[in-house]
Amino acid sequence: MLRYCVRRVLLAVPVLIGVATLVFSLIHLVPGDPAQAMLGDGAAPQDIAELRTSLGLDQPLLTQYLAFLRHAVTGDLGKSFRTGQPVTTMIIERIPATAELAFAAMVVAIVIALPLGIVAAVWRGTAIDYGAMTFALAGVSIPNFWLGPLLAIVFAVEFGWLPVSGRGTLAHLVLPAFSLGLALAAILARMTRASLLDELGELYVRAARARGVSNAASITSHALRNSMIPLLTIIALQFGAVLTGAVITETIFAWPGIGRLLIQSIGFRDYPMVQGCILLIAVTYVTVNLLTDLMYGVLDPRIRFE
Amino acid sequence: MTFRLRLGQAPAGFIIVAIVVIGALTAPWLLPWDAATQDLPNRLQGPTWQHWFGLDELGRDILARVLLGARVSLMVGIVVVGVSSIAGMAIGGVSGYYGGRIDQVIGRVMDVLMAFPGMLLAIALVAVLGPSLVNVVLALAVIGWVGSARLVRGQVLRAREFEYVTAAKALGAGTLRVLIRHVLPTAVPPMLVQATLGMAGAILSEAALSFLGLGVQPPTPSWGTMINGGRVHLLDAPHLTIFPGLFLAIVVLGFNFLGDGLRDAVDPRKT
Repeated sequence: MLRYCVRRVLLAVPVLIGVATLVFSLIHLVPGDPAQAMLGDGAAPQDIAELRTSLGLDQPLLTQYLAFLRHAVTGDLGKSFRTGQPVTTMIIERIPATAELAFAAMVVAIVIALPLGIVAAVWRGTAIDYGAMTFALAGVSIPNFWLGPLLAIVFAVEFGWLPVSGRGTLAHLVLPAFSLGLALAAILARMTRASLLDELGELYVRAARARGVSNAASITSHALRNSMIPLLTIIALQFGAVLTGAVITETIFAWPGIGRLLIQSIGFRDYPMVQGCILLIAVTYVTVNLLTDLMYGVLDPRIRFE
Repeated sequence: MTFRLRLGQAPAGFIIVAIVVIGALTAPWLLPWDAATQDLPNRLQGPTWQHWFGLDELGRDILARVLLGARVSLMVGIVVVGVSSIAGMAIGGVSGYYGGRIDQVIGRVMDVLMAFPGMLLAIALVAVLGPSLVNVVLALAVIGWVGSARLVRGQVLRAREFEYVTAAKALGAGTLRVLIRHVLPTAVPPMLVQATLGMAGAILSEAALSFLGLGVQPPTPSWGTMINGGRVHLLDAPHLTIFPGLFLAIVVLGFNFLGDGLRDAVDPRKT
């Protein structure tokens, strides 16, 4: 197991270096001079030169790259062009809000998806199955940037049950979490159905029924438990979709997280902040994937010996 | 089970997509209203017999703008999926067929691109390149080819071991001929499914980027831009948000139905 963990962690290192390289190159993809773009057309040449120096853009590319990697490893992502504060500090301040939203959205998704996927699989080919899967496909198709405002109209404006934006109480979390979690629920419901159907077709389930185990018990005690292993992986992998979705959801509901910070920074052409947010989200995603792989190795011993 | 039965929801998806395509193409002749004509005295007017979807904040006909927005969405979908599929076929084909160092290098590049969740890289690219339709297409194609390349690589790895491929090589067929005539065609059915579902993804992504102000810029109508513009008038004129979003969801659902049905037809085990 230790060998498997070490090998998997080592495999993630080149990916992380690649991610950092891509994030570093972002500022160099800005058409023309990035410093000029940040300050605008009317900026004085002296100000542009100063910003170039403070961003390190006057250094050779290799020096810039190595400095970026060195600083990134130590958690130094430079200073925000807009506020002058360290990028890392500003991002860390917003991590709890994004983590809270992502976690709540995942809970919403799991609570909706599991029963939906299970009933669809158990009653495969019936109207219940078609209904559940059509609902799931509709859930994937409805954009969260449309669903969010609609939920706000109904539950915040018409009924006045929930606050329309901001963060603070549990009530503030409901609309953003539903808006973000519904698409994920749709994907998970489909995966739950597929995974459970695979297991229901296995010999051990038929053997359990042949031994007189009831239909319900053969599903809950046998098939469902085994179908959870691939589902755990899918849930963890969908974390990336939640992080991307959070960028939009946070913008709609004025949720003070990293996604909103990213979009605001794009508007201000605060490239160090944009780089910092993108790097953090990508590194989090790689880490979650890595942890999922390690967890999968623990849950399914066959993986370790492949 | 026949192919027709296995298609499932695909016919419904095809009908939805066909109606939207026809509507988008014939919009200028179908409607008496131009998408740019302003009727300022009646701005924000709700749906009427004259203007089925109502008027926007500048008094422009929302139905006309929704149909014109469909052109943008479909165009983005077709170009992104086309470029991604061709690039994915070429790169995935070479990677799978030749293997070795080429495969390893391409594999590492794909690993890095896959390390970015969903649309995040597209947001990052458009953020630095600047908001425009061309940059949206470019950004979505940059992230889109990876999925196609992975799929094709997997198919090629299987297909290159087939006996008829060995036979073609033994008969003296060149590498390129073997790859193009015998190996790559095996990847076409799953690629067709991927492309159909990719259309849904590309249309949603373009709308999301436009919603965030990073995509299509006004006055060009785009569903994402229209939904974003309507947010200001959520209370007094919700139709500004409802109709473009409804169209977007229906079209994406149509492509998802189509892709799902095709997948069931290509691989009935997953039904």
